[in-house]
Amino acid sequence: MDASPLEAEARSLRADIVSMIAEAGSGHPGGSLSCADILTALYLGGVMEHDPADPKKEGRDWFILAKGHAAPALYATLAHAGYLPREELKTLRKLGTRLQGHPDCRLCPGVEVSTGSLGQGLSIAAGTAAGLALDGRAGTVFTLLGDGECEEGQVWEAAMFAAHRGLGNLVAIVDLNGLQIDGATADVCDPGDLGAKFAAFGWDVTCVDGHDLGALVEVLGGAKRAGGSRPHAVIARTVKGKGVSFMEGQAGWHGKAPNAEELTIALAELQAAGE
Amino acid sequence: MVKLATPEQAAQKKATRAALGVTLAELAAEGLPVVAVDADLTGSTTTKKLADAGFAERLFNCGIAEQNMIDVAAGLALTGHVAFTGSFAVFGTGRAYDQIRNTVCYSGLDVKIAPTHAGVSVGPDGGSHQMLEDVSLMRGLPGMRVLVPADYAAARAAIRLAAATPGPVYVRMGRASVPCVYADDVELEMGRAYVLREGTDVTIVANGVEIREALLAAEELAGAGISAEVIDAFCVKPLDADTILASVAKTGRVVVAEEHSVIGGLGSAVAELLVARHPAPVAFVGVRDRFGKSGEFEELLRYFELDSAAVVEAVKRVLAV
Repeated sequence: MDASPLEAEARSLRADIVSMIAEAGSGHPGGSLSCADILTALYLGGVMEHDPADPKKEGRDWFILAKGHAAPALYATLAHAGYLPREELKTLRKLGTRLQGHPDCRLCPGVEVSTGSLGQGLSIAAGTAAGLALDGRAGTVFTLLGDGECEEGQVWEAAMFAAHRGLGNLVAIVDLNGLQIDGATADVCDPGDLGAKFAAFGWDVTCVDGHDLGALVEVLGGAKRAGGSRPHAVIARTVKGKGVSFMEGQAGWHGKAPNAEELTIALAELQAAGE
Repeated sequence: MVKLATPEQAAQKKATRAALGVTLAELAAEGLPVVAVDADLTGSTTTKKLADAGFAERLFNCGIAEQNMIDVAAGLALTGHVAFTGSFAVFGTGRAYDQIRNTVCYSGLDVKIAPTHAGVSVGPDGGSHQMLEDVSLMRGLPGMRVLVPADYAAARAAIRLAAATPGPVYVRMGRASVPCVYADDVELEMGRAYVLREGTDVTIVANGVEIREALLAAEELAGAGISAEVIDAFCVKPLDADTILASVAKTGRVVVAEEHSVIGGLGSAVAELLVARHPAPVAFVGVRDRFGKSGEFEELLRYFELDSAAVVEAVKRVLAV
């Protein structure tokens, strides 16, 4: 499909992400920007079956944000997809908001389950996929993990379980941006070749450029259509802070809000990229 | 008045854990969308009985992976199932506390944490396996209800109650065979405590296997001219304030007995209630801030001063205040 309207959506998402984090004065821009294209492909690129007017609609595809600190990316996506008014994004992290620092399913429409404690999302997604399979119900369960998150042992408990149960209706996407709070994942505690690890656990593995919207739509949609009796891992190579030059590849922007001046520069860059 | 065991029923001894699989199988047969998620202990916890009853597809064995077990249950709950988790209490709560807190409770999911082998009932396996802090851990979680049934019939009722109650529930079960206190078809209500024996001099609030010890102690105390009221606070949270306060208004003295640490469990819950609403002297029967050790269950009850003699001593202490 023509990626350019989607690219415009993704740029707009990024602008919303940096704006809402700047307004909040805290949050996680790096890992939100790295996964913005993945979320765009899923929700706005036609990969996921979903209905903002009926978020719990039977037969929908599911999305579980394992890396819950990328909540701003999810909220911006949900706003662009029609689950939330975009105006509400500026309430991020403020007292009384539906947009908690990490996703709260009891407050925010479109959030399937609360996340934020790393390492749990893949297990929840596997349980969800198993629940759908048990009842013979339609729907693919997508979950998005960080590469640093894959240092959590529970991820591999879930990887083993999903393969053992033959959960072909499960797609785990790894946002492989190579950085975590304390630095490069390779330096902190190297998770190694994650594609090879998932393959060794019995998963189908596809690698993709996590900023190529056309390729993301094709690969994620392909994993969904493939179904079968093996779970699907999509290793998406990304750049942390993607789209904002001074944040790109900088671990220091994992959990820091831009100030007013930095926001102005970031928004100008994102706008220029679209011209 | 709650239905108590007939003399024939009281002569039976059964473990509370034996209630888990058979009750889940009954609920499944009744059409409830129950599932069980366990971690390589389906025989010990008895969740295997669900599969044996023809519902094999409803039993999810995660292998030795308790954290995954809890979150798989969360996913099953998201898709409309009433998910019971197994394993031993020490691993089924402590190993997976963050999963229970941040996923099950924070999302308010229909997951019933129902491990077995709690307290010193696991006996010879020793301190690594004797969970004495689980009620404390679970009681502190927002939205979690905490049930500690006294016998097999009460455990069956507690499991049914957990299944019928939306949201997270903790059901604590043991390995040891204990005498039946309740009638086979007893029904228990959420948030209720039950007066099992009326008395006027002291209130003994107990739950789990300590119900038997409390009733034995009350009998012995009666011989010494002391009238003890025995209350089964099987529901630690929400605690039945009315029943406990009405009793304490009458007796003015309280003993709390539990097969659990004296820190953070039923004793703490009762003390919190009394301090706020009706200050009264309280003595605690429980494990005193230490780990368990290997031994037979009955030996351990004596060793850790959890037996009826310890309850009698606690009553004498609190009456001397």
